[in-house]
Amino acid sequence: MFKVEKLVVNYGVIQAVRGINLEIKEGQIVSLIGSNGAGKTSTLNAIMNLIPKKGKVEYFGNDSSKLTTDKIVKRGISLVPEGRRVFINLTVDENLDMGAFNNEENRIILKEKMYKTFARLKDKQYQLAGTLSGGEQQMLAIARALMSEPKLLILDEPSLGLAPKIVSDMFKIILELKKQGITILIVEQNAYAALKISDYGFVIENGEIVMQDKAKNLLESKEIINKYLGG
Amino acid sequence: MIIQQTLNALSLGSMYALIAIGYTMVYGVLRLINFAHGDIMMVGAFSAFVTYSVSGSFSLAVLVAIFVASITGILTYKIAYKPLLDKDAPKISLLITAIGVSFFLENLFNMLFGGIPKAFNYPKFFDKLIHIFGAVTPLSSIIIFVVTFIVLLVVLWFLNKTKYGIAIKAIAFDMNTVKLMGINVDFLIILVFIIGSALASLGGIFYAISYPSIDPLMGVLVGLKAFAAAVLGGIGSVSGAAIGGFILGFSEIFVVAFFPDMAGYKDAIAFFFLILVLLFKPTGIMGIDFERSRF
Repeated sequence: MFKVEKLVVNYGVIQAVRGINLEIKEGQIVSLIGSNGAGKTSTLNAIMNLIPKKGKVEYFGNDSSKLTTDKIVKRGISLVPEGRRVFINLTVDENLDMGAFNNEENRIILKEKMYKTFARLKDKQYQLAGTLSGGEQQMLAIARALMSEPKLLILDEPSLGLAPKIVSDMFKIILELKKQGITILIVEQNAYAALKISDYGFVIENGEIVMQDKAKNLLESKEIINKYLGG
Repeated sequence: MIIQQTLNALSLGSMYALIAIGYTMVYGVLRLINFAHGDIMMVGAFSAFVTYSVSGSFSLAVLVAIFVASITGILTYKIAYKPLLDKDAPKISLLITAIGVSFFLENLFNMLFGGIPKAFNYPKFFDKLIHIFGAVTPLSSIIIFVVTFIVLLVVLWFLNKTKYGIAIKAIAFDMNTVKLMGINVDFLIILVFIIGSALASLGGIFYAISYPSIDPLMGVLVGLKAFAAAVLGGIGSVSGAAIGGFILGFSEIFVVAFFPDMAGYKDAIAFFFLILVLLFKPTGIMGIDFERSRF
């Protein structure tokens, strides 16, 4: 359903992403793993057209590489950015409203659903998002991204800076989202946690895809174990 | 005398507040001090002047002023600022461009209308004297304050209660994430320029009624003072800009009222207060800590 071809991102003279290809099948969870500075976030920002890029992005067979960010979101791709980036000057409720900016008709129903899935947010719905803990902010960021009812949900480093218990809760929720039919791309340094719930995985190093396989195989691969799983 | 001067201060403060809001909102979304904003106010005043001379209808003049000022604001953004923003140019280039736009507008109107101040005509009922709590004041100063107060409430309602307003507040903290909500940021920035320019044109008309003359450079000093008011109140905060505007209005009027010898320093007062506040509270009275934002 989603394809990236020969994606290139340059920052001045530095080439952060060097012509990578990705393919995601509908209904799967796919991981993109790699260490800090490998080009993961640049890849995602380029997919969303937040930064200039070269190459092709195809979504349900349609070329979306030239669309502006807001149009890409309207087509059904939603990115939970690195570092959560909730609007700290808005309340939890207003953050969710922003997520549903173009989805007025389902806004109220979806909000109820989010408060059910992420029960801790409900008690804090009128608090400023800046007062939430890191874990709660991550939940809010995911809930906010879901408010546009995406078909493809992309998560950039969702486990970053979170306690192990919260990470495992979050990955459970991600599995639940897959069951609801949402296709998911997870970008992670925490390779083990990501691959464990994934169907397929890509490994990125220095802006290039160096390996790709079923997640199950990657988890057993010696190279991956040595490099990313601390084995 | 206190009541008399209070009424004067309220109407002067209203003008500063109306213009300061444009500075603060544009700063909020673009981190840009739009130095052409004072001239937008001048464009509004001239548009009202021409329309009233031609048509004789003051309400039409106000509408045309708002319209022309808004268009000027939009064009300024589209032609001067947006190309630089798209190229991710340094903020200082934007600032220099803003000063360039300011010179351009001043000189354009100098060319069109000449530099000699023109008497600004308005319906006579603005001059009707009103007796209120023992003070006497022209109706215009009451109208100016009441209209400003209503406009302030509407703007605050819009920013805090509508999804477009809330999105504008969100842009101030994180523009890229607002884009990720599927929101067309460019449209919201244009909306900010329209609101700012419309308010500035009202300020310009009120200014022209109070000092019944206009000239192409009328926006320079008033613009700078309104900018001082915005910084005083905490740049980026709309209520701060309004508070800053009224503080300036009151201090200017009352310093001159109590110390008539200081009248010559009237224009310096705004900047004195600006320096004073910034020394003790660098973010201004209602300061927004943009350090925490990730623009």
